[in-house]
Amino acid sequence: MSWFLRNWDQVAIALWEHVTISLTALSIAFVLSLAIGIVAARNERFYAAALAVAGFLYTIPTLAFLALLIPVVGLGRTNAIIAMVAFSLLILIRNVAIGIRNVPAEVVDAARGMGMSAAQILSRVELPLALPIIVAGLRVAAVTVISVTVVAAYVNAGGLGTLIFNGIAGDHPPKIWAGALAACALAVSVDLALSAVERSLRRARA
Amino acid sequence: MLAEAWHYLTTHLAQFATAFGVHVAISASALALAAVIAIPAGIAVARRAGAALAAINAANIGRTLPSLAVLALVMPILGTGFTPALVALTLLALPPILTNTIAGIIGVERDIVDAARGMGMTPREIRDRVELPIATPVIFAGLRTAAVQVVSGAVLAAFIGGGGLGDFITAGIAMMAVPLLLVGAIPVTLLSLATDFLFGMLERRLTPRGMRAK
Repeated sequence: MSWFLRNWDQVAIALWEHVTISLTALSIAFVLSLAIGIVAARNERFYAAALAVAGFLYTIPTLAFLALLIPVVGLGRTNAIIAMVAFSLLILIRNVAIGIRNVPAEVVDAARGMGMSAAQILSRVELPLALPIIVAGLRVAAVTVISVTVVAAYVNAGGLGTLIFNGIAGDHPPKIWAGALAACALAVSVDLALSAVERSLRRARA
Repeated sequence: MLAEAWHYLTTHLAQFATAFGVHVAISASALALAAVIAIPAGIAVARRAGAALAAINAANIGRTLPSLAVLALVMPILGTGFTPALVALTLLALPPILTNTIAGIIGVERDIVDAARGMGMTPREIRDRVELPIATPVIFAGLRTAAVQVVSGAVLAAFIGGGGLGDFITAGIAMMAVPLLLVGAIPVTLLSLATDFLFGMLERRLTPRGMRAK
């Protein structure tokens, strides 16, 4: 505890790095998955293929994935971000596609009957109605990304994992505690915050 | 690069076999321990609404904790080596098994349970011959998720001296020796895919015949 009080700035910097890396990866993954998911919602074959590829990527152990990228992109943040995007695709693509598919056919028919174009139906009817399921996917993806970022410190990406690895290397438990507890707290609070968003979206649409 | 990795593998076969054995042993023990704890616990709480909700909430929090953070937190308490890694991996495997056991049993339709009771089955018979068989596919889906997570988490066990294939990866990264890192990364990826495939097959095999999707 006293180590933490003396070095809180170090923890705060690591936390900030952690958040920015995770957010960057999550944004890239979200944009990609939104595009893939929209196509997948209307094309069964493409959906199956996209999920098979994303499922394969998701099964690769985190540290193995980061290691396999080293010969390709070397150490650092790019490596970590590619791995995190790869890990988030499965859950995000699935939820975007399922969310759009769950929109009742009669609602889409009504929108078409009102003279809306396909693009208008997507942006004003389908995506808004799919939002709670998409947010549920984002929540799982965010937690995954935060977890991967901890490991990514080993390939020099920065973040809270740095404290853990330095603590292990220097046999300095307070550093390990600070890094690990801060990472857990971050993951749990992001999960709780996004689940609150999800619930209020569901309530608004009920 | 691959040729060099292959060369390293063939010249260090005994070392590789040990690491592979440790990896499989630690993963299998963690999964077995977690199953022995979480499945009976899930069965015990599933039919009590309050307890089931509390268990699911606890499991959800457990699920969000980063694997490496859990491994790291165990180290200052239990030290380094096989046992601390086993404890951490068991903790990581508990939430998916617990959640799916509860969900599987709650998912059994009330009508079916009522019919079984009407046939004169005791609560124990209902549990063993109705609820559990119907919940088996869902429980197995949880075991599958946990198994893949444990094989993946066991790579991180190398950081706290747990051994396994992660040792090659950490050594390879530390020395920037790509062939060495591949000797760990490729087999562990295959192991993870094989685990997922194997449990997927078991899951289908164990689904009662009347419930299989056509």
